[in-house]
Amino acid sequence: MVENRPFAQFMAYLTLALGVVIVAFPVYLAIMASTFDAATIINGNMPLVPGDQAAVNYPRALFYGGVHAREPVAGMMFNSMIMALGIAIGKILISILSAFAVVYFKFPFRKTAFWIIFITLMLPVEVRIYPTYKIVADLGLLDTYTGLVMPLIASATGTLLFRQFFMTIPDELLEASKIDGAGAFRFFKDTLLPLSMTTIAALFVIQFIYGWNQYLWPLLITTKSSMQTIVIGIKKMITTTDALTEWQIAMTTAVLAMLPPVLVVIFMQRLFVKGLVETEK
Amino acid sequence: MEKRAHISGWTLPLLLILPQMAITVIFFYWPASQAIWQSFLREDAFGLASEFVGFENYVSLFEQPEYYRAMTTTAIFSSLVAFFSLGCALLLATQADKNIRGGHVFKTLLIWPYAVAPAIAGVLWIFMFHPTLGTLSKPIKAVGIDWNPMLNANHAMTLLVLSATWKQISYNFLFFLAGLQAIPKSVIEAAAIDGAGPLRRFWTVIFPLLSPTTFFLLVVNIVYVFFDTFGIIDAVTGGGPAGQTTTLVYKVYADGRLGGDLGGSAAQSVILMIIVIALTAIQFRYVERKVQY
Repeated sequence: MVENRPFAQFMAYLTLALGVVIVAFPVYLAIMASTFDAATIINGNMPLVPGDQAAVNYPRALFYGGVHAREPVAGMMFNSMIMALGIAIGKILISILSAFAVVYFKFPFRKTAFWIIFITLMLPVEVRIYPTYKIVADLGLLDTYTGLVMPLIASATGTLLFRQFFMTIPDELLEASKIDGAGAFRFFKDTLLPLSMTTIAALFVIQFIYGWNQYLWPLLITTKSSMQTIVIGIKKMITTTDALTEWQIAMTTAVLAMLPPVLVVIFMQRLFVKGLVETEK
Repeated sequence: MEKRAHISGWTLPLLLILPQMAITVIFFYWPASQAIWQSFLREDAFGLASEFVGFENYVSLFEQPEYYRAMTTTAIFSSLVAFFSLGCALLLATQADKNIRGGHVFKTLLIWPYAVAPAIAGVLWIFMFHPTLGTLSKPIKAVGIDWNPMLNANHAMTLLVLSATWKQISYNFLFFLAGLQAIPKSVIEAAAIDGAGPLRRFWTVIFPLLSPTTFFLLVVNIVYVFFDTFGIIDAVTGGGPAGQTTTLVYKVYADGRLGGDLGGSAAQSVILMIIVIALTAIQFRYVERKVQY
């Protein structure tokens, strides 16, 4: 603060508080809706203080599901978890290895290889959705976790992030480990990997959120309702004819769907911010 | 940039790079080239035979009034979301940048919507503004507006813009805050000594110095509206009423899936690819040059 202006301070608090309230309101409403029964919501006079149906709605959603889309949300959350973890871990694994190769080795077509990976940065899965679908179908991967995960890890973000980080590691470390007689594997395991831990964690946080929130891809390739992810499952709950929508179950599911990624952001805020800022560079 | 020291041997690096190469080729290059190839083919109704038709898919695409409408919708949608989410985020970030107590708490409370899936965000907003049971529909109806996003295209678009903006503010806020904190305090103090008040300082010193961040965010926001809002649109309007909130990406999906017009859908994909590549190229050029005054 350059000068002391109590009024400006007050306005800052007011604006921020207002911002927080507006940002939180839709979620607050969803949490409230998850504590009422269907009738209270449908008549359009839902109170803004919690009701007493939470103990009914949450077990119902988790282990039974909706009346029309009868699929337990617990199963959907499991699918989402596998997908999110698969994408996060898969991407970290393939990209740390390829970044290691591109940065620390000289081999034929190294530049070409780097560019082949780099170009994928530009095209999200949405623009090549049907051909990708066809290939995954031809490989017999519809309704499998492999099919859910693989096409989404074909991207350069991780490789670029690790490459950028490896470039900041002093060359002397490699030279020293060579003098000590360590091979490529030892250098990777004992020097590079420990140094990369924060970068790995940051990438993990970002990719976990990305994976958990996927929509279009799982919508296309899951046909069995037992393979649905939670983000798709909730949408199916509200598409049945309007009057029949069980809003209390849909909103309970929405709260459950938001929980894991939001908790990750709140409790791993530092890593989240680092990952977000650095993957976008 | 190159490393001075290297590890010798080249079979090992090829093995290391192999997994990523395989996945990239199978799930990226193969489908992308298929999309390009398909955009020159026409399949019969059963998908049994296809013939090469040259640019016919593209020509018929540009003859459809729906395609132009999708373009207009996308343009309106992305400019509104970019404008509002950048504006709100900048306002909040400048306030959070003042040395106020509890600043980091506000930061945490403002960034979490980033973690909410677009489709879930859409569900939350449609619940809030549902024509019959929405908590916030009542005040709107009370002032005499016949609020119904399911039938009225303008209402539907308003709801989409609100939900997409809501989700994007946190991202923009984070980057603006980082940008603001990177501005040296001495510059601002100098302006203050010269007698510039807070508003003047903002427009003549802070805002110009923030322009690289703003430009970067502008591109990211446009790309976000193009692709990531698919979930919001599908949850809130399903492209309706009567196709009036169908964006370019939504149309690729709807034409291929519901209409079964794979050639036309592929042609649209190719056009989208060109748009994204152009946007990314512009971004790289400007980020390299570091827009500043």
